[in-house]
Amino acid sequence: MSIVPAPILRFYHRMASPPHFYSFTDKLLPWLIAIFLLLLAYGLYAGLYLAPTDYQQGDSYRIIYLHVPAAWMSLFIYVIMAMAGAISLIWRMKIAEVVMISSAPIGASFTFVALVTGSLWGKPMWGTWWVWDARLTSELILLFLYLGVISLYGAIEDKRTAARAVAILALVGVVNIPIIHYSVQWWNTLHQGPTVSKMDKPSIHVDMLIPLLVMAVAFKFYYAIAMLQTAKVEILKREQNTQWVKKLLEAKT
Amino acid sequence: MDSLTLENRSFEVRNLSCIRDDRILFEGLDFTLNNNQVLLLEGKNGSGKTSLLRIICGFREQDAGDIIWCNTPIKDSDFFAEMAYVGHLDGVKKELTVVENLKMSLALSVAGNYSIEQALDKVHLAGYDDSIVQSLSAGQKRRLSLARLLITRNSLWVLDEPFTSIDKEGIKLIESLMHEHICAGGMIILTSHHDLYLHETEVQKINLSLCH
Amino acid sequence: MSLITAFFAVVRRDLILAFRRRAEIANPVFFFILVVTLFPLGVGANTKLLQAMAPGVIWVSALLAVMLSLDSLFRSDFDDGSLEQMLLSSHPLTILVLGKIIAHWLVTGLPLLIIAPLLAVFLGLPEQALGTLLITLVLATPVLSLIGSIGVSLTVGLRRGGMILSLLVLPLYVPVLIFASNAVEMAGNGQTVDAQINILIAILLMSVVLAPLPAASALKMSVS
Repeated sequence: MSIVPAPILRFYHRMASPPHFYSFTDKLLPWLIAIFLLLLAYGLYAGLYLAPTDYQQGDSYRIIYLHVPAAWMSLFIYVIMAMAGAISLIWRMKIAEVVMISSAPIGASFTFVALVTGSLWGKPMWGTWWVWDARLTSELILLFLYLGVISLYGAIEDKRTAARAVAILALVGVVNIPIIHYSVQWWNTLHQGPTVSKMDKPSIHVDMLIPLLVMAVAFKFYYAIAMLQTAKVEILKREQNTQWVKKLLEAKT
Repeated sequence: MDSLTLENRSFEVRNLSCIRDDRILFEGLDFTLNNNQVLLLEGKNGSGKTSLLRIICGFREQDAGDIIWCNTPIKDSDFFAEMAYVGHLDGVKKELTVVENLKMSLALSVAGNYSIEQALDKVHLAGYDDSIVQSLSAGQKRRLSLARLLITRNSLWVLDEPFTSIDKEGIKLIESLMHEHICAGGMIILTSHHDLYLHETEVQKINLSLCH
Repeated sequence: MSLITAFFAVVRRDLILAFRRRAEIANPVFFFILVVTLFPLGVGANTKLLQAMAPGVIWVSALLAVMLSLDSLFRSDFDDGSLEQMLLSSHPLTILVLGKIIAHWLVTGLPLLIIAPLLAVFLGLPEQALGTLLITLVLATPVLSLIGSIGVSLTVGLRRGGMILSLLVLPLYVPVLIFASNAVEMAGNGQTVDAQINILIAILLMSVVLAPLPAASALKMSVS
């Protein structure tokens, strides 16, 4: 007896097949792009224009509309990657492998954006480009975890084997991330004393918060778009000798 | 060997395929092996003989099909407790002595019907007990890895090119060991470039180059 | 019962092998001493500075020494086919892997422990911190071997796995580095370090239980 409702199970099985996944994402992508552009336009307008100026930081705080969603995404994508990895290890589902692999470079890019925007923000706040702040340091280690995943995948020639390796690594990483995060925070409070952490604001004005949340959702849509685009290419590469890909090519030319 | 323990075993492969680098090595492969039977895999280089053996050992995953041991899929059966594999790599440590190596194999498995000394005698390595494996010749190392088949309890031997780097005497020796194993109710799957002469034993042959 | 026999057979075999390849045991120790020696040469012989840096320097060097020694954990087993035979064993691979890790720690982690007091003297670490240094080494170097075993089993099939191994393993070593070097530093200042020691014990227990699982499944992946 399955506790999962039948329609969801059916959807799951359809998605497990590469041709279905491919044509489904083809139909889905325009919608995702439209929603993303709307959210992005509103989020930027509200964040950069409508939201009030901060009484302490002036306008320089507005970089949070990139920095904070990017930092959230960097963790979110790692978790997605590990979940896809678990699914691919347990059920040997090809699509989960593809989702996992396609997520890694995007996650790494978001991590990189979070680091760059964090250090840009640090310049007016602390007067230097880099401070060994707990969040920035965790973010840096997260970037190394992403780079490990990407280079391991690149180093193993057989891509199905490589996907298994990456899945194991992503799962190990996701167990370690909370421990690393906690240890870095511990280290930071001991070595730096109580510095003002820029994100630990007890309260944020609601006019500042709404654009932030809108941007966060927009970033999630962007991730979905970028991941699915990469996944489509990856599927074509892996399935290049199958009938459905050949038919697809014939239809296009 | 105690023939009672080996009865009623069957090894079955159903509709097996293996794809490597987008190339189909073989597909739709079916065969059954019962007690007292030998299967010789033939085929050109790169036809997937070694890949098939590695799939049987569980090192590789098949791209389709089932492998069945005594009517249960191998993953759920005690298949791995009843098989022994000698591959391209000898699986012996060159810094250890002959006996140390065999004791290790014994610890990883269940004791068979031959003691270490009897087995060494059988593979003509008596007197080499305490020699470091590094000092043995390639053929002697090969015979040592075959001694592993004798000291552990198993019914199916999976042998990948057992005759490489072995002289004529050695080939005869291995053939007689195989014959003895078959007569006691065992089964063998092997690949070989040499012809196989086994007394009064029917050898099934599958040519993997033709399995497309 | 036979599982215990197999476990100890693996430990015993690896110890014998290590003893017959003595040079391999000595290398990480020399490396450890050498890296620690480089720091005063790099930052100057200012006693105060060296003393302040000592816990971090010793721990970073220990981390690197263990990482370099990891390659020998599965390399020869992979090359000569012993790993295939271990996979075919009817005993659970995780337990056999744990045996290999323990043997590996005994020949690489334990010597670091013995040499550490010497290095503490080199860098002028306060005497009251020496006990804590040894405790952190006892608790945390096995963690380094355990976590490292995952990285090395992922990369053992690669011809140039060394660089990737460090990229995989070093970020995972961060918590160990932080808690262990912090404990030594605070002990040097005469503070209590119970919290750090307890956390290290927790990390050790967790990695003994958890690390062999991904290591075993990564080995299966590497053999395929």
